[in-house]
Amino acid sequence: MTSTASSATAAKDTGPARDNESVHAAAERISAAGESRPRPGRDPVNLPMIHNWAEALGDGNPVYTNAEYAETSVHGGLVAPPAMAQVWTMGGLHPEPAPDDPMRAMTAALDEAGYTSVVATNCEQTYHRYLRHGEHVAVTTKLEEVTGPKRTGLGEGWFLTLRYTWYVDTEAVAEMMFRLLKFRPADGDEPARPTPEPAGDNTADESDPRTGSPILPAINRDTAYFWEGTAAGELRIQRCGRCGLLRHPPGPMCSECGATKPTHLVACGHGQVYSYVVHHRPPVPGKELPLVIALVELDEGVRVLGELHGIDPDEVHIGLDVEVFFRQVDEQVTLPCWRPRTEGK
Amino acid sequence: MLAPPNGREMIMTVVAGRTLTAPEVVPGTALPEERIEVSPTFVVSTAIATRDFQDVHHDRDLAVAKGSEDIFLNILTTTGLVQRYVTDWAGPEALVRGVSVKLGVPCYAHDTLTLFGQVLEQVEESSENRLVLEVLGRCGRGEHVRGTVRLVLPEVES
Repeated sequence: MTSTASSATAAKDTGPARDNESVHAAAERISAAGESRPRPGRDPVNLPMIHNWAEALGDGNPVYTNAEYAETSVHGGLVAPPAMAQVWTMGGLHPEPAPDDPMRAMTAALDEAGYTSVVATNCEQTYHRYLRHGEHVAVTTKLEEVTGPKRTGLGEGWFLTLRYTWYVDTEAVAEMMFRLLKFRPADGDEPARPTPEPAGDNTADESDPRTGSPILPAINRDTAYFWEGTAAGELRIQRCGRCGLLRHPPGPMCSECGATKPTHLVACGHGQVYSYVVHHRPPVPGKELPLVIALVELDEGVRVLGELHGIDPDEVHIGLDVEVFFRQVDEQVTLPCWRPRTEGK
Repeated sequence: MLAPPNGREMIMTVVAGRTLTAPEVVPGTALPEERIEVSPTFVVSTAIATRDFQDVHHDRDLAVAKGSEDIFLNILTTTGLVQRYVTDWAGPEALVRGVSVKLGVPCYAHDTLTLFGQVLEQVEESSENRLVLEVLGRCGRGEHVRGTVRLVLPEVES
């Protein structure tokens, strides 16, 4: 659960919250406008463009380029490669922006709010049927969803989901869900916490596992109290503000009574190894292996995962008494770790 | 004879392979691994062939100025390669119903893109018997793409 974009319901009275409100307002307005007018492709589906595509991508399938073969094939004639659907309506060298393009309107709104960079994360194409040579397609675009703000490895940003539909006359022939992240680059004044998504994983050079930055936790409104705690040398455990149930990992809602009023208590930092693994392979960026990962049952009754240090992996056992200590990883993140308990047993 | 422009063995003649039939393929079947040498020519020619004229796909100076290491593959090409990788294996009359890609690290010029694939499951969709395949594309910096392809194979050999 590292990458789910969460809908923002921001606090009302701060500057960033006002920005969020303006982004939500723009998203609502642009989504409500629905599908853009159909924009026709420059050319009908044609052999020269298909030939160029097949040559460049190395696709020798004769149903695209060999009329004789295609005639006797399952298609009964020449067709276009399905993955070319979008190619037919690309804007070309000198694109003319459509005034009702929701992508343009939404990216402009996010530019204004300071989210100036962009990266595509997902593209899901569905082909309802193969296109025949000579058919003329037109495309419409619709803004489906805007979620955020979300902290990502690239910086804080918003995920936009757009739906493209390609038509021949009134028949929908192909569709695409396209998701992109509009973000404020991480070197700005807003510090960013990496998550494994979306702009690539944190896989370091496998030849030396200690190189590369360690994978850091995602920090959001639900988990901020926890990381503020570790930075202050406290192991904070979430407690329901209504029924008092302790829970970990943190979440917005109590699984017992459904209340959304989390508070926390500071754990005493003692517990016992409930279970553990010794990680040998594969390499983990920024970590020396083998590494013991323990599930620690706190004296308060909640279980917490963490690295276990200060003991030979062969000597770790279930029931081992452990105590928490804190290890600062970078300016923003301090990890709680565990070591055998040495006093006051 | 001229060398193939993109380092891949290119067979552009009419000799088309046979199309696999549905009974021949079971979940778990692996696709042969394919390595693509991603030369600058490959990046540029595929970007232009997909009518993507963004400078980061053909102008290294501008790509570097914008924070990239080099020019890199565009999304339409990545999607196209995932589709082509699967139909190269399945044969010319396999019908592609969908290609989904999740994008990871950029694939820069001078890198090698290695494609892997396997059949995940058979599903019944829109009254068709479809195969769901997973395709992975890795380059030097990590996972470039994780894709899913939905495919229909002929029930019997034609």
